Amino acid sequence: MQTHLSPTAPQAAHLPQLAHPRNPGMALDLDWVAAVQANTSAIERRAATLPGRRSVKKDFQAAWLCKAISLIDLTTLAGDDTEGRVKRLCAKARQPVRAELLEKLGMTGLTTGAVCVYHDMVEAAVRALEGTHIPVAAVSTGFPAGLSPYKLRLAEIGESVKAGAREIDIVISRRHVLTGDWQALYDEMQEMRAACGQAHVKAILATGELGTLRNVARASLVCMMAGADFIKTSTGKEGVNATLPVSLTMIRCIRDYMDRTGVKVGYKPAGGIAKAKDALVYLSLMKDELGHPWLQPDLFRFGASSLLGDIERQLEHHLTGHYSAANRHAMG
Amino acid sequence: MNVKEIFDSMSYGPAPESSAEAMAWITRHNGAFGHWIDGAFTKPGASFATSNPATGQVLAQVSQASEAELDAAVKAARRAQPKWAKLPGHARAKILYALARLVQKHARLLAVLETLDNGKPIRESRDIDVPLVARHFYYHAGLAQLLGAEHPDLAPLGVCGAVIPWNFPLLMLAWKVAPALAAGNTVVLKPAEYTPLTALLFAEITREAGLPKGVLNIITGDGDVGAALVNHPDVNKIAFTGSTAVGRKIRQATAGTGKALTLELGGKSPYIVFDDADMDSAVEGLVDAIWFNQGQVCCAGSRLLVQEGIADRFHARLKRRMDGLRIGDPLDKCIDVGAIIDPAQLATITAMVDANAEGETYRAATPLPAGCFYPPTLISGLSAASPLMQEEIFGPVLVSMTFRTPEEAVALANNTRYGLAATVWTENINLALDVAPKLKSGVVWVNATNLFDAAAGFGGVRESGFGREGGWEGLLAYLKPAATAKPLKPVAAFPAPKDPETPGLDRTAKLYIGGKQARPDGGYSQQVWSPKGKLLGHVGTGNRKDIRNAVEAAHAAKGWAKTTAHARAQILYYIAENLSARATEFAARLRDLTGANGASEVEASIQRLFTYAAWADKFDGAVKAVPIRGVALAMNEPCGVIGALCPDDAPLLGLISLMAPAIAMGNTCVLVPSEPFPLAATDLYQVLDTSDLPGGVVNIITGGHAELAKTLAGHMDVDAVWSFSSSDISALVERESAQNLKRTWVNNGLARDWAGAAGEGRAFLRQATEVKTVWVPYGE
Repeated sequence: MQTHLSPTAPQAAHLPQLAHPRNPGMALDLDWVAAVQANTSAIERRAATLPGRRSVKKDFQAAWLCKAISLIDLTTLAGDDTEGRVKRLCAKARQPVRAELLEKLGMTGLTTGAVCVYHDMVEAAVRALEGTHIPVAAVSTGFPAGLSPYKLRLAEIGESVKAGAREIDIVISRRHVLTGDWQALYDEMQEMRAACGQAHVKAILATGELGTLRNVARASLVCMMAGADFIKTSTGKEGVNATLPVSLTMIRCIRDYMDRTGVKVGYKPAGGIAKAKDALVYLSLMKDELGHPWLQPDLFRFGASSLLGDIERQLEHHLTGHYSAANRHAMG
Repeated sequence: MNVKEIFDSMSYGPAPESSAEAMAWITRHNGAFGHWIDGAFTKPGASFATSNPATGQVLAQVSQASEAELDAAVKAARRAQPKWAKLPGHARAKILYALARLVQKHARLLAVLETLDNGKPIRESRDIDVPLVARHFYYHAGLAQLLGAEHPDLAPLGVCGAVIPWNFPLLMLAWKVAPALAAGNTVVLKPAEYTPLTALLFAEITREAGLPKGVLNIITGDGDVGAALVNHPDVNKIAFTGSTAVGRKIRQATAGTGKALTLELGGKSPYIVFDDADMDSAVEGLVDAIWFNQGQVCCAGSRLLVQEGIADRFHARLKRRMDGLRIGDPLDKCIDVGAIIDPAQLATITAMVDANAEGETYRAATPLPAGCFYPPTLISGLSAASPLMQEEIFGPVLVSMTFRTPEEAVALANNTRYGLAATVWTENINLALDVAPKLKSGVVWVNATNLFDAAAGFGGVRESGFGREGGWEGLLAYLKPAATAKPLKPVAAFPAPKDPETPGLDRTAKLYIGGKQARPDGGYSQQVWSPKGKLLGHVGTGNRKDIRNAVEAAHAAKGWAKTTAHARAQILYYIAENLSARATEFAARLRDLTGANGASEVEASIQRLFTYAAWADKFDGAVKAVPIRGVALAMNEPCGVIGALCPDDAPLLGLISLMAPAIAMGNTCVLVPSEPFPLAATDLYQVLDTSDLPGGVVNIITGGHAELAKTLAGHMDVDAVWSFSSSDISALVERESAQNLKRTWVNNGLARDWAGAAGEGRAFLRQATEVKTVWVPYGE
C-alpha cells in the first residue's frame, strides 16, 4: 500500500490549527489494558451530578456557546447527500450564526470546527470551503459498521486523503473489543493511522455496541496506544450514542494516557448532543476533567448536526431577551 | 470581560441563585422570629442574630427561649399527644404525605434559605438536602400507614425532644420529626443556634399540611436551651445529633430518668481504597466524602486509607482533582465548596491543622475568597498515632495513610473510638463483602460514599452513638410496648438464721471466667441462705478485677461471632438438653433458694433456650428498597461484648432469658446473676461446660449488683450493658455507660414477666444486635 507510513515514526508536520505534536502511539501494553477499571455506578453518579455542579450565565454563556460552535464537526451523513446539500452545509460552517448577531457578540469570523461528510462528498466540501481554515473530515473504513473487506477499508482512507480530507474518522472492528482481541484492535488501528498519512485520525469506538464501560475504557486505551489522534464515541448510527458516563470513561483514559506518555489525545462525542445546554455540560466536563487545552478544536470536537440550530436560538435570546425561532436562522 | 475574552479564557463567571424570595420571607416576619408553639409564632423575645456565614450579613433576629417558653412548648406537645396518637395511622399518613408534598412545593425557598443560613453550596441544599427531606416524609407517611397493622403491641413514647445540629438543619429536622410523628409522638425541637431559619419556615409550612396545633413545636436558642429541653421532666425521649462531647453530657443528664435516648454523634470515618479500585471514581468519591458540605459532616470519609502500591498515583490524582474544586459564594450555582459555618469553627479547623507537624500538607491550588472559608486540604503520610488521624476535624481536611493488606486495612479502619460510617473501594466483590462486616461502623458504602435514604438505617456504634434513623429500625426508636409495667420491688436475700443448718458436704461455687472456674480476686465470699435458714452454700464476691478478667475472656472468645448461626443454635439446643437432664436437681435448687416451685422455672428455661436456638438462624436482615441500582443490606450484627445484670426474681430463667439471645446472635457476655439467689447460675456453668460452649462466650461473676454494675457499665471495652436487677441501678448504669457511650437497656425499676411473652422475642434480639447498612451499588 503506497499510503502505508511507518506507524511509529513521530509526525512532525502540523496542520495549521494544531498546537501540539500528534500522538505517536506506543507499544501495546496489555498489562495496562488488563488493569483498567471502570466502575459503572460510580461513573454514572458523577455524570448525573455534573449538570447540577456547573452553570454559566449571561455573557459567559454566550461565549461558551460560541466556543461550542467553534468545536462542532458540522455533519451530514445521509444516503441522500448531494453536492448541493454539502455546499449548503459548508456555507453554514463558514457562517454558522447570522452575521449581525456575531457582530454584536464581537465574534465575527467564528466558524465551526470542521465539516464531516462521507467520502464521495469530500471533494465538494473541500471546494466549498476553499479560502477558509475549516478542515474536511471524512468518515471512513466502511462507516458505520466497519465490516467491508479490510483492504478496501484501508484503501478508502487513502482515497479520502487524496480527495482532500484532512481528518479521517475511522470505525474500529467492535468484534475485536467484544472478544478481547486487543492485539487485533491495536494492529488495525495502527494500520489505519498509517493509512491516514498527514491526515489526523479519529477512532470511532461505537461505544453503544461495546457492552460495558470497562470495554469502552480498554478500547480507548488500545486505540491511543496505536496512535489515534482523537477518540470518538459513536457513528451516530448506534442505538446509544454519546452519553456523559461514556464520555467520562473515555476522557479519564485520555488523562491516564497523557500522564504516562505526555501525549495529548483529542476527544469527540458524537450523536445525541442536540441542545445548547448539553454542549455547556460537555464543555464543563472537559474543562474540569482535562483542562483548557481540551476546549480547543485541536483536542475537542462535537459530532453534531442539529446542535448548531439550538445554539443560534440561544444566542439571539441572549442578545434580544426574547426567545427565538428556528426560521430566523439560516438552514445548514 | 467581553464575550471574545471569555471565549479565549473559558472561565466560568458568576452564576448566582437569587435570594430575593428567601429574604422577602424574612422581611414578612420583620426580620425577627419567636418560637413556634402550639401552632403559632410567639412574640420575639430576647434575641440573638443568625447570619450568613459566607458574608457575615445578619439575616434575622431569633429568640432565646426562656424556661417558661420551653415549658409552654412541652405543655403544648403534651396536650396534643393523646389525640395525635389516637388518630388512625391513615390520618397521620395523610398529614405526613402533605408535608412531603409541601416540602417539594417550597423546595427552592427552603434550599435558598438553608444555603443563606448555613453556607453550604446551593447545589447541595437544592439537589441533596431538600429532596432527602421530602423523601423522608414520604417514607414515613408510609410507616404511619402501616404501623398499626405491623406493630399492634407498640405505643408511642409521648413527647419527644429533638436537638439537632447546624450542618444539615432541615434534613436533621426531618430525620427527627418524621419518625416521631409517624409513631404518634409529639415533638419539641430545638434547631442549632447557627441555623434556625429553615426549621421556622418548616413550622410555618406545617399549617398548610393541617398538622394539629402542638404536635410540632420549635424553640430556638443556644446550648442552654438544648440542655433545658434534655432535662425537662415531662419529655419522654431525647433524640440528639451533634458532637460526641455533648452526646456524652446528654447521656449523663438523662441517666435514670426513664427517658428514651438516641444519639447520632461524631465520626472519623475510614475511606479505604484497595489497589484494584477504579481510582478516578474513588478520587471523585472523596469529593463527595470530605468536601461535601465543607467536610462538616458527621459521617465524612475523613480518614483515607490507601493501599501502599497505588498511594503515590492516587494522591497525585487526588491533588489534581482538589485543584479543580471551586470555592466561594454558596449561592453560586457553580461552586463546589461553600463557607464554614462560623468563624469559631474556622478557627478550630485552622488550629487543629496548624498544630500538626507531621506528614505532607497539601492545600488545593484554587482561589480562596476572603471570609469564612477554608481550602480543601490533604494531609498525607500520617501515622495511626497522629492526633489528626484520631480526632474529628469537622472541616474540609482529609488525612491519609497507607496499608498493605486487607487485614491491615480493617485493623487501621477500626483503630478509632468512633464507628459511624466506612467506605470501601474495590472491584473485587469477594474483598468488598468480606471487609464490610469487619468494619466497626453503622454504615458501609461499597464503591460509593455518603448515600442516604429514608428506607436505610443510619447511625453509629462506639462513640458515634446508638440508635438508627430511617427504616423500620429507626421508627422503633420512637415506640415502646403498649402494655404498662408494674414497679419492681427489691428482692432481698434471706437473712442468716440464729441457728444455721449446715450442709453435709461443702460445695464451693466459683466465678466462671473464660470457661474456667475462678476464685474471686478479692478473696471474699457470701453465704446464701434458704428461706428456712439452711446454708445453701457460698458464692464469691466478685470485684472490679473479676469484671476486668471476664471482659478480657469475653473478648478472647470473639471468634464466636464468626461461627455459623447453625452452630450457635446447636450449642443452645445442647445446653437445653443438658439442663433438661439435670432438671430435677435445678428444680430442687430453685426451691431451696426461693421457696417457690422450681420445676416450672426449669421447664421455662429449657423452652427459652429452644426459642433462641430457633431464632439463631432466623433473625434475618433485610434488603432495603433504596432508590439506586444496587442493594442496601441491613445486616444484624452482634454488638460484641454484652454485660448483663440479671433479674433477681427469676434466678435461672432470668439469666437464661438474657444469655440466650445474646449468644444466639453471636455476642459474648459477662453475666452477673441474681444477687439474692445466685447458686442456680453457678450450677449452670457445669451445664455450659458440658455443652461445647467455647470458653469465654459466657462468663459469670457473682456479687453485689451495684458495685459490679459500676465497673461493667464504665468499662471501655464493653459494647452494651443490660440491667434487670431489682436494685435501683438503672441511673448508675446509664450514667457510667457515658464513658464509651455503650448501648444500655435498663428496667428503670419496672418489673417484667420473665415467664410470659414479655420475657422473650424480637425486642431481645434487637438489643443483642446492631443494624449495619451496607450499600452496594452495582452495574457493569
